[in-house]
Amino acid sequence: MNGVLLEARNIGKRFGGVQALKDVSLTIRSGEIYGLIGPNGAGKTTLFNVFTGLYPRDNGEVMFAGAPLNLESPHVVAAAGIARTFQNIRLFGNMTALENVMVGRHVRTRAGVFGAILRTRTERTEEAGIRRRAEELLYYVGISGHADDLARQLSYGDQRRLEIARALATDPKLLALDEPAAGMNATETTALRGLIAGLRDDGLTVLLIEHDVKLVMGLCDRVAVLDYGEKIAEDVPESVRANPKVIEAYLGASAA
Amino acid sequence: MTGNRERFGLALIAIALIALPFVLAMAGTAWVRITNFAVLFMLLSLGLNIVVGFAGLLDLGYVAFYAVGAYVYALLASPHFGLHLPFWIILPIGATIACCAGVILGAPTLRLRGDYLAIVTLGFGEIVRIFMNNLSTPINLTNGPKGINRIDSFQIGPVNFSNDDTIAGLVFSGPIKYYYFLMLVLLAVIVINRRLQDSRIGRAWVAIREDEIAAKASGINTRNIKLLAFAMGASFGGIAGGMFAAMQTFVSPESFVLNESIMVLAMVVLGGMGNIWGVIAGAALLSFVPELLRYTVEPTQMAVFGKVLIDPEVLRMLIFGLALVLTMRFRPAGLWPETRHRREMSENRA
Repeated sequence: MNGVLLEARNIGKRFGGVQALKDVSLTIRSGEIYGLIGPNGAGKTTLFNVFTGLYPRDNGEVMFAGAPLNLESPHVVAAAGIARTFQNIRLFGNMTALENVMVGRHVRTRAGVFGAILRTRTERTEEAGIRRRAEELLYYVGISGHADDLARQLSYGDQRRLEIARALATDPKLLALDEPAAGMNATETTALRGLIAGLRDDGLTVLLIEHDVKLVMGLCDRVAVLDYGEKIAEDVPESVRANPKVIEAYLGASAA
Repeated sequence: MTGNRERFGLALIAIALIALPFVLAMAGTAWVRITNFAVLFMLLSLGLNIVVGFAGLLDLGYVAFYAVGAYVYALLASPHFGLHLPFWIILPIGATIACCAGVILGAPTLRLRGDYLAIVTLGFGEIVRIFMNNLSTPINLTNGPKGINRIDSFQIGPVNFSNDDTIAGLVFSGPIKYYYFLMLVLLAVIVINRRLQDSRIGRAWVAIREDEIAAKASGINTRNIKLLAFAMGASFGGIAGGMFAAMQTFVSPESFVLNESIMVLAMVVLGGMGNIWGVIAGAALLSFVPELLRYTVEPTQMAVFGKVLIDPEVLRMLIFGLALVLTMRFRPAGLWPETRHRREMSENRA
C-alpha cells in the first residue's frame, strides 16, 4: 500500500444529548478498500455525512490528499474529490439514467447560462464530452442498455449501479459507498462485489460502510469498527475478526 | 423523409402564425389584443416554468417581476419623469432590474422549499405591489394607485406601434405590430428555454428539483444554481412586463395582484410543469377559453331561455374552475407532461 489519502483526526459530532461520534481518527490509504462496520447506531453513516460535508462537525479535522479538507458544503467536498452514494438510494428519479450520470459531470465542467443560450463551440464540445463520459460510465457499471430509461424505473440493483456511476462521474479520488449491498439478493451482492473490486483494480480508493460483514471481510484491505461513536478497532480483516472488543460489540460481553 | 415532413409542418405553422392576426382582425381588433395577451402570458409562463417547472421552487409571487418590468418601462418612457427612452434600451434595463429583484427574493429563501417558499414568495409579490401603491410620497416615484399613463408605444424608425400603417393594401394596426414583435420575443424565449433545459445548467435545475441533497453531493452548488433560476425566470417576467406597459400605455398596481401570479402558475401546472410546449398550451388555453366563454355564454342563454339567468362573468369562472379541477383529477401531471426524449433531441443537434 502506498501513501495516505484521507486522514481524519478526532472527529466529534453530537446530536443534542447523544454523542454520535467521539474523537474518531482513521487513516485511509490510496488504492485500498477501507471498510467501516459496526452495529446499528454505531455512527457509521454520521461519520460518512461528516466526511462529505452534509453534517457540520463539532470538532476534529480531515486531511485529504495532503491538504486540509474544507467540509463546509457537500459540493465543495465533491469538487475536492470525494464522491458518495446513499444508504437509501437517492437518484434523480425523473431523469434518465444517462442524465443522472451527466449531472455528476457538473462539478468538472464550467459552461454557464450564456454558453448554453448561445451554444458556443466551447459549450458544444464540453457537452459532447459530458455525454461521452456518461455513456462510458454507464457501460463501466454495466447498465448501458438502460441509458434512456428513467432512473426510477430501473431495478434496485441497477439503481445502485447508477448511483455509483453518477458518483464516478465527479472524477473522485475517494469513492464512499454507504451500505451498497443493503436490500440486495445474493446474486446482486456478488455482482456488486465484482464491481467494487474492479474499481480498486482501476486505482480508485473506496470507503465502504456495510452491514454485510461477509462482504466487508472478503473485500476490504483494512477495516475499522465503530461502536457507540468510538473506533474500537482498525486493522486487516483477519485481526479485526479475532478482536475481542469487536466480538463483544456484535455479540455481547458473554460471547467474548 | 421525416425531416422533410417536419420542416413542411413547421413552415405551415409559421405561415399560419403570420397570417393569424389578419384573420383575427376580421373578427375584430379585440381578438388581436386577446391573442397578444395570450402570448404575453406564454412569456410569463415560460419564465415561471424555469423556477417552478425546472428547478421545482414554488413561486407564488411571480407577478412582482412582471410589475417591476412594467414600471421600469413606464418610468423611462412616459411624461411622468419626462423620459422617453427607446424600447430596445428599456427592455434590457427592465430585465436586468427584474433579474436583481429575482436574486433579492431568492437569496433569503434558499433554505426554504415547498409550502414555506410559496408563502414567502407570495409575501414578496404583495410587498412589490404595495410599494407601487405607496411610493407616491415623499417623492412621487410611481404615482400611487392612480398609476402611470400616456406611456410611449414602441417605435422602430418611422414605424410607431400606436398607429395604423397600410402596406400593400394590408392594414397593420398597432396590435398587429405588437403581435409580430411578441411572436419574435416568444420565439427567442422558446429557443433560450430549450437550450437551457438541454444544458449543464438545466440538468442541475432538474437535479435540484428531484433531490436536493443528492444534487449537492453530486457537486452542484445548489445556492448559485437556485439563484440563477430565480434570476432567469425574473428576467423573462421583466421583459413581459415592459411589453405589457407599452401595449396598455397605462400601468397601475391593480394589474399586479396575487390573482395574476396564481393564473400564471395555473397555466404552468395545467399545461405540464417542465415541458415548454405544455406550458405554452396551458397559457393559450387559460387565456382564450375564458374569452371565448365571455362571448358565448350570454348569447347562448338568450337563445335558450330568452333571458340571461347567470351572469357571464360568474359562469365563466365556474366553468373555468371546474375545468381545472377535472384536469387535475384526470391528468395530474398536466395536459402535456414533461417527457424525456432528450436523447433524440440531442442527436438532432449533433
